[in-house]
Amino acid sequence: MTLTSILAWLNAAVTFGTIIMLGSVGEILTEKSGNLNLGVPGIMYLGAIGALAGAFFYENGNPAPVPFVSMCISLVCALIASGLGGLLYCFMTVTLRANQNVTGLTLTIFGSGVANFFGGSLVKLSGGVGQISVAAASSAYRAQIPVLSTKLGIFSTIFFNYGFLTYAAILIALGAGFFLNRTRAGLNLRAVGENPATADAAGINVTKYKYLATTIGAMFEGLGGVYYVMDYIKGTWDTGGGIEALGWLAVALVIFTSWKPISAIWGSFVFGICYWVYLYIPANISAVLAKLCGNANPSHMQNLYRMIPYLVTIVILIFVSKRKRRENRNPQSLGISYFREER
Amino acid sequence: MRNKYDKPHDSVKEPLIHLVRRVDIPASKAWMIRIICVLLGMLVCALFIMSITSLNPVSVYASMFSGAFGTPRRIWQTLKDMAILLCIGIGLAPAFKLRFWNVGAEGQVLIGGLVCAAWMITMGGKLPNALMLVLMAVTAMLASALWGLIPAYFKSKYRTNETLFTLMMNYVALQLVEFFVDVWDKKQSHSVGIINGDTQSGWMPSLFGQQFAPAVLIVGALTIGMYFYLKNSKQGFEITVAGESENTARYAGISVSKVILRTMAISAAICGLAGFLEVSCVSHTISSLTAGGRGFTAIIVAWLGKFNPIAMTLITAILSFLSRGANQIASDFNFNTYASSILTGIILFFILASEFFINYRLVFRSKKGKERAE
Repeated sequence: MTLTSILAWLNAAVTFGTIIMLGSVGEILTEKSGNLNLGVPGIMYLGAIGALAGAFFYENGNPAPVPFVSMCISLVCALIASGLGGLLYCFMTVTLRANQNVTGLTLTIFGSGVANFFGGSLVKLSGGVGQISVAAASSAYRAQIPVLSTKLGIFSTIFFNYGFLTYAAILIALGAGFFLNRTRAGLNLRAVGENPATADAAGINVTKYKYLATTIGAMFEGLGGVYYVMDYIKGTWDTGGGIEALGWLAVALVIFTSWKPISAIWGSFVFGICYWVYLYIPANISAVLAKLCGNANPSHMQNLYRMIPYLVTIVILIFVSKRKRRENRNPQSLGISYFREER
Repeated sequence: MRNKYDKPHDSVKEPLIHLVRRVDIPASKAWMIRIICVLLGMLVCALFIMSITSLNPVSVYASMFSGAFGTPRRIWQTLKDMAILLCIGIGLAPAFKLRFWNVGAEGQVLIGGLVCAAWMITMGGKLPNALMLVLMAVTAMLASALWGLIPAYFKSKYRTNETLFTLMMNYVALQLVEFFVDVWDKKQSHSVGIINGDTQSGWMPSLFGQQFAPAVLIVGALTIGMYFYLKNSKQGFEITVAGESENTARYAGISVSKVILRTMAISAAICGLAGFLEVSCVSHTISSLTAGGRGFTAIIVAWLGKFNPIAMTLITAILSFLSRGANQIASDFNFNTYASSILTGIILFFILASEFFINYRLVFRSKKGKERAE
């Protein structure tokens, strides 16, 4: 394997990892409040379509769209759309006391429906033809840091080859780690997730913490969707269900990191490497493996290599559950809604 | 003398709304609430469709109704959708009653379908069709049961999180299907096409001239069987006890890990049967879209129907009508079919919310209430 292809692999892994890092940091915040939100794919979808729609309405019919303005509009729209998704989840589970898993799955169906419907029909609904494309916004998202991204040779290729959201994601993960472990509000949030009755007795407003953590978490997840649509697929839309698989991987990463936002940084890059490994398995190894699989055509083996991230997750899941370390466990009240009068 | 506790709490404001748990709500009233919520949901669905098309609410539902029930063929299509979704839901019901979060129905359906497709492609025309169908059904159910037993084993042994485990297994199954599709596909088109279109080997024969009738009948029988299995059998009782409280189950001498393994095997086997029905009776092909997200929708069906097969049948009926109807509108106006996911989401949120109004009564702050407090 050449150096160039290793570098390409690393770049692809970081780009991929950024999406699920944002998703899983958002979900860690959410789960720390005791809400198990299985709507992550749906919320990422909502963020993605929010960004796309915002940029589209600004750029459509505008002869000279300013990339930066388009980017800001799409960011705001994405945060609103994904925040509303988080609010809907909270309203259903905290206020209306619905089952968390079912609400989350419904949100995933709903979000994927909204996003794929409008992603496919937005152009048509506004009277145009062809595929949706927001080139200006996408170029702003993909803009790289000047000087740093060109002048440092291999160092630039590895570390400065990405749009700003990659660095924002790392900062968000670091910030979330600091918030959870070093601040009073973070301590309160963890108390809510571990034992809401005790937190309530100590005067912590459980409902407020659940709403805020879930909604802000949802906004981070939405940013993951923005990164997918603006950077990963460059300001277009594909109805192939790509975000859904990434959303579930983000949920898996939460357990993989044992609810630590800082571990999500390297964890997501490891997932990225696993995800892209199928493109970088050398031909001679692939030929041997194909022989082992009953003389399969080596070009078909890619389908099997693409299982790797999921198999790795499963193995880690088993390993973690076998060790049963206390600090690696989920928040104690995860998945259980809290009602003061039903203790 | 009045002590401080007798004084009205001037400083504490009575909230505008407070909740009172309903202890006994008559079944008729509960159903009234459910029906009102579903109707409200349908109204929101109609508003959504109105906003993207030029239709008025009446013509929205007229057009959806014609899409779902307009011709005998459409009625059978809707029934078929219902049957497959219900079959998966029926499979999930025992697992969820045990509080085993089997999110892996998608993969279990695919594995069942994959095994059937393997029989049809490799043995097509070499065996009598009746024998072939029996072999396909049995091996599909066995393979899916094994697929489901893997997470169940780790759950019962190490308490491994089954939600994620089964979820990841979906993607493994998906890649396995894509691999075999490529292996079997001779034209490099990433699709196996209609299998045995000429010989119809491994195809379920049609009943009364209806292609989908066998699937509908099988799922109907299965639904009734599951009703009695959960309600009247010893195993069903064990599921109920172990699902409510593992400690109680252990105290009563029920082996929880045995119940987990057995229930999950049954659950996955029925999902495998759904895969068999889909491949052998409905589509006669296999692809990564064979399960099509129904493994997730069926979870919601099972949970909202409270594992009662009759309620589950009703919910699948509503969902199948909505999705067929939405697809009709989508094809009339040249939209993509994801409109039906939006409608499904809306209606499910309303059904979820209905449970709240069944379980709780809202009491508003009133003058009268205040006087009574004083």
